[in-house]
Amino acid sequence: MAKKIKLKIDGMLITVDEGTTILKAAKQLSIHIPTLCFHDDLCVAGNCRVCVVEMKGAKTLHASCAMPVAEGMEIETNSLKVRTARRHIIELLLSEHNAKCTTCYKNGNCELQNLAAEYKIGEETFIDLVPHKNYTIDAYSPSIIKDDSKCIRCQRCVRTCEELQHVSALGVAYKGDKMKISTFFEHPMLEVVCTNCGQCVIRCPTGALVERNYIDEVWDAIYNEKKHVVVQTAPAVRVALGEDLDMPTGSLVTGKMVSALRRLGFNSVLDTDFTADLTIIEEGHELLSRLKRALVDKDPTVKLPMTTSCSPGWIKFIEHTYPEYLENVSTCKSPQQMFGALAKTYYAQKRGIDPANIISVSIMPCTAKKFEADRPEMTSSGYKDVDFVLTTRELAVMIKQAGLDFEHLEESKYDSIMGESTGAAVIFGATGGVMEAALRTAYEVVTGREVPFNGLNITPVRGMDGVKEAAIKIEKVKPEWSFLEGAELKTVVAHGLTNAKKVMDAVRDGKANYHFIEIMACPGGCLGGGGQPIPTNAEIRAKRAEAIYAEDAGKPIRKSHENPEIVKIYQDFLKEPLGHKSHELLHTHYKKRERY
Amino acid sequence: MSNTKLKRVDLIFEKDCSAKEILQKAWAMTKEQIINELLESGLKGRGGAGFPTALKWKFTGEQPETERYIICNADEGEPGTFKDREILFKVPEKVFGGMTVCARVIEAKEGFIYLRGEYKFLLPELEQKLNAFHKVLDELKIPFRIKVIMGSGAYICGEESALFESMEGKRGEPRNKPPYPTISGFRSKPTVINNVETLVYAFMIGKHGAQKFKDLGTADSRGSKVFSVSGDTPIPGIYELELGMTVEQFVEEFGDGDTKAVQVGGASGFCVPRKKFKATIIGFEGVPTGGSMMIFNSSRSMYNVLKNYIEFFEEESCGQCTPCRVGCQQLKLGIEAVKKGEKHAAYLDQLMKLTQTMKITAKCGLGQSVANSFSSIVENFREEMIY
Repeated sequence: MAKKIKLKIDGMLITVDEGTTILKAAKQLSIHIPTLCFHDDLCVAGNCRVCVVEMKGAKTLHASCAMPVAEGMEIETNSLKVRTARRHIIELLLSEHNAKCTTCYKNGNCELQNLAAEYKIGEETFIDLVPHKNYTIDAYSPSIIKDDSKCIRCQRCVRTCEELQHVSALGVAYKGDKMKISTFFEHPMLEVVCTNCGQCVIRCPTGALVERNYIDEVWDAIYNEKKHVVVQTAPAVRVALGEDLDMPTGSLVTGKMVSALRRLGFNSVLDTDFTADLTIIEEGHELLSRLKRALVDKDPTVKLPMTTSCSPGWIKFIEHTYPEYLENVSTCKSPQQMFGALAKTYYAQKRGIDPANIISVSIMPCTAKKFEADRPEMTSSGYKDVDFVLTTRELAVMIKQAGLDFEHLEESKYDSIMGESTGAAVIFGATGGVMEAALRTAYEVVTGREVPFNGLNITPVRGMDGVKEAAIKIEKVKPEWSFLEGAELKTVVAHGLTNAKKVMDAVRDGKANYHFIEIMACPGGCLGGGGQPIPTNAEIRAKRAEAIYAEDAGKPIRKSHENPEIVKIYQDFLKEPLGHKSHELLHTHYKKRERY
Repeated sequence: MSNTKLKRVDLIFEKDCSAKEILQKAWAMTKEQIINELLESGLKGRGGAGFPTALKWKFTGEQPETERYIICNADEGEPGTFKDREILFKVPEKVFGGMTVCARVIEAKEGFIYLRGEYKFLLPELEQKLNAFHKVLDELKIPFRIKVIMGSGAYICGEESALFESMEGKRGEPRNKPPYPTISGFRSKPTVINNVETLVYAFMIGKHGAQKFKDLGTADSRGSKVFSVSGDTPIPGIYELELGMTVEQFVEEFGDGDTKAVQVGGASGFCVPRKKFKATIIGFEGVPTGGSMMIFNSSRSMYNVLKNYIEFFEEESCGQCTPCRVGCQQLKLGIEAVKKGEKHAAYLDQLMKLTQTMKITAKCGLGQSVANSFSSIVENFREEMIY
């Protein structure tokens, strides 16, 4: 039990645990102290100084985010001294900031703007520093745009990249008035170790880091009558989109989203969940095939453990950081890219449309998907498989632009073909979901029975622990899988690249003996993706996860191999898992990239 | 006008001094005796902040964590101070000795000297003398080693927590306090960090006892202090003087007869104008100083002096906290704009208010002091800022 500390905040007595910060103690008293550099997911920086408070007996003010409580402390959060200082600090930040709010992409969702509004900052008190600066914009990346003129140096991005992702593509460079957030040798984001995960984007309080948006390109495609525009929606979008459209966190809006997309004018509204199911079939068979080659054929070239390949942030991370393990990555493309390749082949054939006239758009919780779609590997349909990737946020913008009353839209169903999916597919959006879906299918393929978990819910791989291990004993197998009899399938799930590093280091150092590894670049999996509504924190991610598992539980079919459209695509087009057509369209390889 | 000459002191550079004997004497004492002697002497940190040295050692030694460090802050970067360089050049054994006595009190096995990047030329001789000193330690069977770590020239790394960050191989940025170094310093372990001069005084108190030190100075500022005297003076240099003198007494001895102002404590210190010479005591009861004394005569433009200081801080702020990073830029552009007539003179009042905010909101002690020169110069030489 933590020691209890008594203190007074704004005259009110409160007792809290030792080690609590003043900021958190004040929150318990429903006192809101404004913050900028503070973020729930990150270590305390205490550098913006917006949250300063007055402490009785102290000459200076203290940053409430960094100051732990002490017995008998008396704190004022809104004294004249505090208000004057806080106002000065906001004015100083604004003087250094390119405050052309009306033309800023983050207009309306900017913490600095909100603060300026709260404090009714009027005519500029201090000299505008922007003309004295040599600010630059890095707009080379297809995923992320970095505009230094909007940066307030809170270092949330730096801490995110280092603590959560162990990437450190962004760091602090120079000092004093020239201090800035930059990359290795100030190279463009596109040319450094950045994984495009966008975790910095969802934590940037201003418009300094934003996604590259393709909203106008997509509108142009929609209004181009010669084009047939198909859209796919990733699993995690449906549990977060509502947040940007005035609905409560954790709202499940699948049906409304489908209606909205149709109203926006997409010719066919389809589901990435379909190719998530397809991924399970291909990846599940790939795993079983690797196991067979290793155990039966004693093939020394086969690489185990096998890792998932759905997360493009993870792919770029392994290309830079563990290139020696690239052959351990499943050759399956991500569901987005499988969908793209099939949209311009299978779908085009079935619907009798010239693939040259198909524009394929995807709605993703992710900024790295934009980079993934631009990869040279992703043109196996003969065209660019996915033309435009929009984040959940960009879709919300389009819905607002179209004047749709989202909350009151009727619910409707996905189009066919490639719109049908199962509960196994929707849980791809949460950490552990791919593992759970794969196990539901692989176990059944091998044993002919359902996974031995109550209600198909493989709880050991669920939840927000950074690294989750689970082992499944395989018994009473079908004759063709006799080599797996009695084997224990060892799996591990990691989310957030810092956790990925832990798993990969254990593998490299021979400290772990896994068969199958699921890694998602973002904390919480795709539901916490860099393309999701802002803000993010553990509570928000947990609510989205609840919605995802609710969607799974409510689905009539919850195993990928039972998806009727999947059965049909193998009958009509792909013929068999890992077959010739699959290899041509659904599988790929990645390349080593340098660390610097 | 007083005509008494300022009292010279010869503790720091005292020639007749055997490190070995002083260490033997210290080892004959208990830890508590050493702390009490130091407490009795009234020695406060000579870097400028003036924390009682004995308490720093005591608190560190009391921590449950047994891996503890003693660090000598030799990142002497304050404009106008050059006394630590002289101490390290002339009497490095005394610095090592002070560290060793501290190591006894806090039971540290390792000590570090963080040497200012620009003082690299001192390194070969320092390491040579350190080797000889380590031999003395071996003879005395004292299990303690000192290592010199080079800084890279950033002013901010003289701030103790930024110094730790730098030593740990990270970017030199001050940390949040608390926790203080006595609890969590270098490598997050309990750490004593003392200025070069402080360590020598601690050592010399070990030799002479508290009384000799205590007899010097005033109630708030015990003992003597090494001053770096520069500017418009016929006799620039390093002087060890008894504390408690007024600026007037100082100027009488060191000024050129035409002294207009004295900047006490370097760029981050306070400017004392002629009219306040008599009433201002140099010490913790008046204007504290890490040793920098810059004398300006009537030919100097205080606008230029101030601009020079602000430009220094604009560049040397680490840049992490808003008040220091942006505040310095605003102060510089602000006085330029007033001088050029682009801003009304009343804008100086706005900037004075800003300095108040900088003093109470900056993250570190340095950030809190960068505006001192601004407020004291603008307050006393306002017309020079405008015309």
